Amino acid sequence: MIGIESVVRLTPKARLRFDGHSQKHMLLYPEHGIVLSRTAADVLTLCVEARAVGAIVENLVEKYGEKDREAIARDVIELLQGLADRGLVGEVGS
Amino acid sequence: MTADDPGKSPTGERPYTLVAELTYRCPLQCVYCSNPVELGKHRDEIDAATWTRVIGEAEGLGIVQLNLTGGEPLLRSDLEEIVAAARRHQMYTNLITSGVPLDKERLARLKDAGLDAVQLSLQDTTPDLSLRIAGVDRLSEKLATARFVTELELPLTVNVVLHRENLDRVGDYIAEAERMGAHRLELANTQYMGWALANRSRLLPTLAQLDRARAVADEARARLRGRMEILFVLPDYYSGYPKACMDGWARRFVVVAPDGLALPCHGAHTLAGFEFPNVREHSLQFAWHESEAFGRFRGEAWMPEPCRSCDRRNVDFGGCRCQAFHLVGDAALTDPACRLSPHHDIVERARQEAGEEPSQPYRYRSLRVVP
Repeated sequence: MIGIESVVRLTPKARLRFDGHSQKHMLLYPEHGIVLSRTAADVLTLCVEARAVGAIVENLVEKYGEKDREAIARDVIELLQGLADRGLVGEVGS
Repeated sequence: MTADDPGKSPTGERPYTLVAELTYRCPLQCVYCSNPVELGKHRDEIDAATWTRVIGEAEGLGIVQLNLTGGEPLLRSDLEEIVAAARRHQMYTNLITSGVPLDKERLARLKDAGLDAVQLSLQDTTPDLSLRIAGVDRLSEKLATARFVTELELPLTVNVVLHRENLDRVGDYIAEAERMGAHRLELANTQYMGWALANRSRLLPTLAQLDRARAVADEARARLRGRMEILFVLPDYYSGYPKACMDGWARRFVVVAPDGLALPCHGAHTLAGFEFPNVREHSLQFAWHESEAFGRFRGEAWMPEPCRSCDRRNVDFGGCRCQAFHLVGDAALTDPACRLSPHHDIVERARQEAGEEPSQPYRYRSLRVVP
């Protein structure tokens, strides 16, 4: 399970790219793709390299000037866990 | 692909995936091959320069996924050039292969050119059944290919087509895919089109077989969550409702056949009364936005009853046009796999025969033109 202490990154099968047609980021993997919201794209852009979940949360707090750190942490972990269940995000060193 | 995206086009539909059938040649002769039975009519293959142009046009339409398939795409010596073109257009490139013929050096070259993932077919884990299904036994080469893929750290999908002779062996396939280090296993029941329709009396399973296999797949899916994705696709002959074939006619996919025909699905050129554009003469833009053939079954206006007033018309889009044509004789009818179709008895009769001893020998896939 992914938590605030986890270090995560995209797995080799997942490729993040910008899509000029929709002006959004997409996460591509075999036979499928997910069109990402702006915040999901922010999170996953950080996950191209190994990154601590805590650091991702800090980055979003700073970028959006959001006060509710707990709520952001919950959303980030939920997003990452959902992608981990599909094998698109992995925990580094586990 | 499954993404739901607001990207608009003149027809309101954006394709996401180009299925590039690079050749109909294949070292295997699988009895369930989905390629058309009259393969030999389409032997004249378009060259890498044409594929490169088509890939550029595909990007212009919004396509982000490229499936390289066939036949066996590895038989094209210019495959590297085609993969490199896809990478220049930022596409996610998936090689759909029998795994034969391949050595590790060539796979490394394909990876360097931009290949993203490999889907390997497996007929069985024993030489005997591999031989009976594929007409040749290339099992040891396939296992070597699986090793090359994981050693080069490319994501590996294993695809096993299921039918009466192998449904009881699903547990073995799961174990083998785990051993190989696959990230995804597709346990895909045969679609009864092409060669599979010609061999249906030997291939169609019973419901009891399907239930047992599905239970095994369900257990493994729960156990392997996050490590290996397991897909179990029911045959539409048993699912009650039809498949959303290609996510709907000319909605998300463009297929280009080896001879350059642009198609909404890989069997559309077996339908009577269509003129599909060829990429030798037309752009993919023309095929997608302007050709009558791509437009014919878009939207709902074409739908007959019971589809027209059905709650599921935007779920399954009326099912498979090819199945309606090949089983009932009219591509514009409801797919007879649907239990609401007035022609569903055709499918019911086939199901009843699934428990009986088959009377016909297998017809193996070949490029010979059948008179």
